[in-house]
Amino acid sequence: MDEFVATSSSRLTNEIGLHARPSVKLTKLAKSFSSKIEVAASPDGPWVDAKSIVKVMAFKAGKGDTLHFRASGPDAEQALTALRELVDEAFHEETGGIIAPPERAPHG
Amino acid sequence: MAELRFDGRAAAAGFAAGPLTPIAEHMGTARVAGTPTEEAQRLWEAIAGALAQLAKLQALADGDGADILAFQAAMLEDPELSDPAFTALHEGRAAEDAWSEALAPQIREYETADDAHFQARAIDIADIRDRVLAALRGAPAEPRVAPGSIVLARDLSPSRFLSTDWSGGGAIALAGGSAFGHVATLARARGVPMIVGLGVDPASLPAGALALVDGERAALWIDPQTATRAEFEMRARGATVMMRAASAFRREPAVTKDGVRIAVLINVASPAELDGLDPADCDGVGLVRTEFLFEGRQAPPDEDAQLEIYARIVAWAAGRPVTIRTLDAGGDKPIPGLTLDGERNPFLGLRGVRLSLARTDVFRPQLRALCRTAALGPVEVMLPMIATSGELRASADLLDEEYANLCKAGTPARRPALGVMVETPAAAIAPDLIDADFYSIGSNDLTQYVLAAARDSEAVASLYDPSHPAVLRLIAGVAAHGAARGRKVSLCGDAGSDPRLVERLLRTGLRALSVPPTAIDAVKQAIAHIDLSAPPP
Repeated sequence: MDEFVATSSSRLTNEIGLHARPSVKLTKLAKSFSSKIEVAASPDGPWVDAKSIVKVMAFKAGKGDTLHFRASGPDAEQALTALRELVDEAFHEETGGIIAPPERAPHG
Repeated sequence: MAELRFDGRAAAAGFAAGPLTPIAEHMGTARVAGTPTEEAQRLWEAIAGALAQLAKLQALADGDGADILAFQAAMLEDPELSDPAFTALHEGRAAEDAWSEALAPQIREYETADDAHFQARAIDIADIRDRVLAALRGAPAEPRVAPGSIVLARDLSPSRFLSTDWSGGGAIALAGGSAFGHVATLARARGVPMIVGLGVDPASLPAGALALVDGERAALWIDPQTATRAEFEMRARGATVMMRAASAFRREPAVTKDGVRIAVLINVASPAELDGLDPADCDGVGLVRTEFLFEGRQAPPDEDAQLEIYARIVAWAAGRPVTIRTLDAGGDKPIPGLTLDGERNPFLGLRGVRLSLARTDVFRPQLRALCRTAALGPVEVMLPMIATSGELRASADLLDEEYANLCKAGTPARRPALGVMVETPAAAIAPDLIDADFYSIGSNDLTQYVLAAARDSEAVASLYDPSHPAVLRLIAGVAAHGAARGRKVSLCGDAGSDPRLVERLLRTGLRALSVPPTAIDAVKQAIAHIDLSAPPP
């Protein structure tokens, strides 16, 4: 049984939530740490591997949702700090995200 | 061969002419499976090969293209994606079948998502699937599409788009497809004209025939006649000149030549349309159609889910007014399970507010969500298809009740202003009988009711004229009523986005137009050339 030593949570503020590009950034960052890191969309779980983009995308988390992280391992604290910063800084997204500006959007 | 014309939906504007290039569907091939170990080895190699291809493409792409490829690579690298396939290999499946079947639930999961952005990821997963399948078959690289081609397919994958050379022109015409998918995004960014929803079988059309794509009319011509070609070329040249000229007006508030400030708001049919739009380019949202809530589902999202969607639009508008229309189903917008089937004349049937009042189980949650949204910003609520004051009163009573319920429960809420669409002749002839907080002219329905010419009938299309004096006089009457009583009057029908009609509309006394986001430039440009102090032309 893993003992999770550290937890943290952050609210999604970027315009389109946890979409393709933010998910790529989040999982890449998680993979750069050796600790086991899990993420959940609710404090009660379900917890999933933060290094798996398939799992992370499955949350379909939108703007305003809160992401919860927990980690165990030698660099657990650093990992959580880095992940919180990434979310708090809105994934360093400019507005729009991977769904780029429709300069001439389709008629509705 | 005779000229053929197909109509679809616009996904990216622009004009292109070129040889028609149908792209074949990916075909399943039956193959006898090797031992599980052999099959696993093949699948590993195919995934590695697909990743190598993606890396190569990524090196050539930039911006959104590179991001999309990075996303696909990250998904493909994730064992969560491929583990089910490897598990199935132990049961003696061929690698092709195991791989296709393992990805199918993922694709379905995205296809059925509520959010258009997530739905659009389905084609990325299909793209990943096909790339690996091609590698498994040892298929040669996809056949090259010659520069300048009109690509015709059922749907197009992002990597296919990115591996095509668009520098020599060309366009995309899709039988299916989505105006909100990755490919549409890429096409708009790259300036590649694109039409979706043509509903044509790509294999039924002659490869190599001359094809014309008009991204504004959303039309595709095959083997056009000389006259069609000439008109197309004229429109294409005109569009280039106009777009360049009009874009200069986008960032500035709309003001007529003689200094009258006109509010230019936008119509929003889906929150996804707001991505990449700068709210500073408009004076607010004049119409949020809420029919999109029902797209692809039997029941509307619940109150909380609606609140979340509306709140996103209010946040985008950043303090500018947002007018949200309650559900306008019926007429030409049937919703299964909600609108009546088999009405003899659905345009005169149970539609708009009539349906909402008949279905308070749907109406009340929407009104609650709207009261809660109104606590977040300057939100107004608009009722479609009002004909009598009784309908407005009944709706206002429901709104007041739900607002009171929210207050009692301690839920943050505000009672929004309640306005009406003016689209029935009754409302247009006697607006003074309908004591609404504001009025918005729905010129599409108003025109068809006043001229008794159905919007969807080609046979009477010449009668359907929103600038007919009878329509304009009614609009002028509503504008005058609004001015006398201090109530806002705007127009949110298609007439407002036709630059040729803008002057006649402003001369009725209208000072606010709500138009599709794509029309902002052209409408602002038209306004800048109008002198309301001069006699009418």
